Amino acid sequence: MIWDWDYTFEILPVLAQAAIVTIEATAIGFVIALVLGLFLAILRMSGPKTGWCVSVFIECIRSTPLLIQIFFLYFVFPSFGITLDAFVAGVIALGLHYGCYCAEVYRAGLEGVHRGQWEACTALNLSSLTTFKNIILPQAIPPIVPVLGNYLVALFKETPLLSAIAVMEMMQTAKILGSETFRYTEPITLVGIAFLIMSLVSAALIRIVERRLNLRSAK
Amino acid sequence: MGTFSLSVMLVGAVITLAALATSHTFSVFFPGLLEGAWLTVQIAVCGSLLAVVMGTVSGLAKLYGPRPLRWLAVTYIEIFRGTSALVQLFWLFFALPLFGISLEPFTVAVLGLGLNVGAYGAEVVRGAVQSVSRSQWEATIALNMTRLQALRRIILPQAFIAMIPPWGNLFIELLKSTALVSLITLSDLAFKAQEMNQTTMRTIPIFTLVLLMYLVMSLCITIGMKRLEKTAAKGMPRGRSV
Amino acid sequence: MTMAAAEQLAPQQPMVRFENVSKRYGNLVVLDDLNLEVSRGEKVAIIGPSGSGKTTVLRMLMTLERIDGGVIWVDGEPMTHMMQGGQMVPAAQKHLRRVRSKIGMVFQHFNLFPHMTALQNCIEAPITVLKMSRKEAEARATELLGMVGLADKKGHYPAQLSGGQQQRVAIARALAMRPKVMLFDEVTSALDPELVGEVLHVIRQLGAEHDLTMLMVTHQMGFAKEFADRVCFFYQGKIAEQGAPQELFGAPKNDRTKQFLRAVLESG
Repeated sequence: MIWDWDYTFEILPVLAQAAIVTIEATAIGFVIALVLGLFLAILRMSGPKTGWCVSVFIECIRSTPLLIQIFFLYFVFPSFGITLDAFVAGVIALGLHYGCYCAEVYRAGLEGVHRGQWEACTALNLSSLTTFKNIILPQAIPPIVPVLGNYLVALFKETPLLSAIAVMEMMQTAKILGSETFRYTEPITLVGIAFLIMSLVSAALIRIVERRLNLRSAK
Repeated sequence: MGTFSLSVMLVGAVITLAALATSHTFSVFFPGLLEGAWLTVQIAVCGSLLAVVMGTVSGLAKLYGPRPLRWLAVTYIEIFRGTSALVQLFWLFFALPLFGISLEPFTVAVLGLGLNVGAYGAEVVRGAVQSVSRSQWEATIALNMTRLQALRRIILPQAFIAMIPPWGNLFIELLKSTALVSLITLSDLAFKAQEMNQTTMRTIPIFTLVLLMYLVMSLCITIGMKRLEKTAAKGMPRGRSV
Repeated sequence: MTMAAAEQLAPQQPMVRFENVSKRYGNLVVLDDLNLEVSRGEKVAIIGPSGSGKTTVLRMLMTLERIDGGVIWVDGEPMTHMMQGGQMVPAAQKHLRRVRSKIGMVFQHFNLFPHMTALQNCIEAPITVLKMSRKEAEARATELLGMVGLADKKGHYPAQLSGGQQQRVAIARALAMRPKVMLFDEVTSALDPELVGEVLHVIRQLGAEHDLTMLMVTHQMGFAKEFADRVCFFYQGKIAEQGAPQELFGAPKNDRTKQFLRAVLESG
């Protein structure tokens, strides 16, 4: 038989359990990416020399495979005497990788704020920090929310890579289930369907947010 | 980044790589990694070719195809964009044999990555074709061209230029995704790295070399695509207007 | 009507005839039961406030817009319709293309092909549509570019040309298809004021040298007055008034026309 329904219902709760790990990894990884990204974007715009160094760093991270970065973090820290839990190493790698993508997004958002806004703040004698925090950032963020949303979905879809360092997320769980019973079709297909559903739902959510934002900016 | 900065990076990366490859600590790993890198290049090139074909065909089918073809294209695009590349590779590798179709790991790799990136490419193609302004279509009607003539001679050449940068990004995504094939037993660069790491535990030199190798490949793609764009967009205004 | 009969009738037939043509966008009536005849070689200027449907007239004639009612005739035969089994039916693409080949159009925003040089812009359609040889097409395009004063710019891309030069290339490109009717849709509206003259000069020259029928939508009242044989004033989807330029500009009868002309004159 090609598809075994009994087996399907047997493994469904196990996979659902693993989905929690996947979601945790996505959430924590994305928070790291958001914070790191903003930090990198500000550094990049702070001066020509630092800017160039940051650009090179971003380019390097974006040009090399996430899987290798996961391995690197997982295996390198022990050689300095720090042992990282596989989950922690994986989540840091995800955050680092997508932080570099987010940095570019923030930059586009920040550059999209009209120069006149800075000039107006100077004319009002606001400090640079206040200007950035209260005036520039609130204008820069809303337009880039959909793009950041897309990266959230992309990050989510890369969480199966954590299975390579044996984090028990959905893919790893499916693989183990498959190797126990020699039936790979059901677990892997179920994981695929789970991803598809979650991706489609988040894509729809992003579209709604986008429409809201467009409405607001149109007013 | 500008082409100049990228070229500086490329030269820097190549020099570092060469220096490391000849140094005492690193040199033992170099030949084995190079072998893996060759397989990575093969998969990346074949996968990219498949991605371009799939992207173009399904992108145009989604735009202009008759209804059943359009649905087929949309289904393909949504499924492959909606699930992750690794899931697709595993599915092709583990689940497909149960349906009686057994493919070589290399074929699975090319098929999986090509189909995955092709789905993203379809949206690139669609977006680029739609970015050509309506007035260009109107001009072709005023010159009495057929739709096919207009598409082939006027619309697609302009869309082509608009799609070069996003395709460049996709090729890099594909190159990076080739690391996943190490998880389906192919001894590509990532696999070799893992293997050597497990036997020698010399993580830092091995992964430094590997990261540099991937960096060099990516930079070659980025710079190549920038040059292609410059040649193709000869005389065209920056951004798009007219 | 058979083809032969159409040919025979042709000399007496107007070059373009709108017969009870109407056009709607949803509930908005853009053109309401329009009747307009343009004779061979006649130069008609169409003026009117924005939203009066004047551009739509040209766009329908170029088949860029579908019509919702009526028939458009070109050179003695229906363009929007064709005869089938003794009845008028909406035209098939093939019929549309055959009749449409008699019409050329110049757009407000030039619509040049940005990835092609001036010369390539002018030879593209003659080669692909008229199946001209490249050599012949190039010779003719070179001649036309010379006529619009751009012989030295034929290797330039649109982005390397000024607005006025781009618009002159667009005129040459349209002429390369040997149309019998030329449509000019606000061809100077997107140009800087100092570039308007060179484009009008080319159109003037065209009027003098060629036996072309021309329809132009324009805001250049001075040019319309001097160049056109007839001026049509459009208001709310209808021709509110038409006549020789001296009459219409000199002694307008319709209140709307007076109002419009006064407003245009005041703005300079």
